[in-house]
Amino acid sequence: MWQWFHKLGSPKWFFGIATRFMPWLLILGLGLLAAGIVWGLAFAPKDYLQGNSYRIIFIHVPTAFIAQSAYIMMAVAAVVTLVWRMKLADVFVKAVAPVGLVLTFLSLFTGAVWGKPTWGTWWIWDARLTSMLILLFLYGGVIALDRAINDEKSAARAVAVLVLVGVVNIPIIKYSVEWWNTLHQPATFKLTEKPSMPAEMWVPLVLSILGLYLLFGWLACLRMQTEILQREQRTKWVREMITAGRS
Amino acid sequence: MHPIRKKRLTIVLFLIAGIALAVGLTTYALRQNINLFYDPTQIAAGEAPVDVRIRAGGMVKEGSVVRDPGSLKVEFQVTDFNQSVPVQYEGILPDLFAEGQGVVAMGRLDENGRFVADQVLAKHDENYMPPEVADSLKKNGSMGQAGETVEAATN
Repeated sequence: MWQWFHKLGSPKWFFGIATRFMPWLLILGLGLLAAGIVWGLAFAPKDYLQGNSYRIIFIHVPTAFIAQSAYIMMAVAAVVTLVWRMKLADVFVKAVAPVGLVLTFLSLFTGAVWGKPTWGTWWIWDARLTSMLILLFLYGGVIALDRAINDEKSAARAVAVLVLVGVVNIPIIKYSVEWWNTLHQPATFKLTEKPSMPAEMWVPLVLSILGLYLLFGWLACLRMQTEILQREQRTKWVREMITAGRS
Repeated sequence: MHPIRKKRLTIVLFLIAGIALAVGLTTYALRQNINLFYDPTQIAAGEAPVDVRIRAGGMVKEGSVVRDPGSLKVEFQVTDFNQSVPVQYEGILPDLFAEGQGVVAMGRLDENGRFVADQVLAKHDENYMPPEVADSLKKNGSMGQAGETVEAATN
């Protein structure tokens, strides 16, 4: 039962699998994202109160959603690093942290752009916005800590502990709008109820979330491959692959 | 599973549980500071301090907005459908400000229980719909349903 798990830990095996899946992730991701955004920005109906400005959700919600789920994936990888000492898990954390940072920044930025005309302010220290800002700092902290420690193994463990400490922030972001009074509105999508928007609005939104997810997967694979090549540059399989590529 | 890995996994789980507990207790203790605003029921119950900069939030009561014709002064009632608080404000209101919409006002509570605001922000709810749907809902008089979810959300 554990065999596939240990196979997954082999950088060489992952490199091959990733090369095979990446074109599909890229094509499907770009296609879905383009479909969702074009549909959302050009064809979906206006909102009765906000008019056209609500259309920023087709960018804001996907970035915020994937910024948080990337962190959860990093936390799972951190557990694997600490318990199984699997190198590939650390490669994942290292590869994904900058992507998460950019996505978190984008969601804060698009939120501020929308907040100015809708709420009347760019920024307010409510629980949702503040916890999202903490997520941005956590991503920054993970990157900084990783760069600050030279030894690969101790860096991996320190980073894994930091990622796990930060994971408490994720449920706080999610439930901040329910536990406390905030200016940010509660979630439109709930697990148990119908979304409180019509299908011609939420279908493009779901498409762009899925598309950005796949693109995120593609980018994570690409960055992991780069990291693997750097770490394994002295191994036989990397040398063989590179010489084969040259000839 | 290997015993050493089992041990490491237990330590990791304890670490997460410990942090979650610590953060949970801290946020619970600070819940009033994390709340962005006081709602009208809290203000009526005297929970909000007088003459300290605070925020008050709720819905703008239907038919309560009175604009001064010669200036930007405006007065309205903020309600949570239980209690309401009179708010005074002078300045430009956000586009979404309307009767029946959520607002968060920043300012001071005076001795008479009146809230003197120096900033008014509009609070949007989680409901989105095309204008035609909103129109037909209004015609059928079932817009109250949307209002109820808003009420549940602000409480």
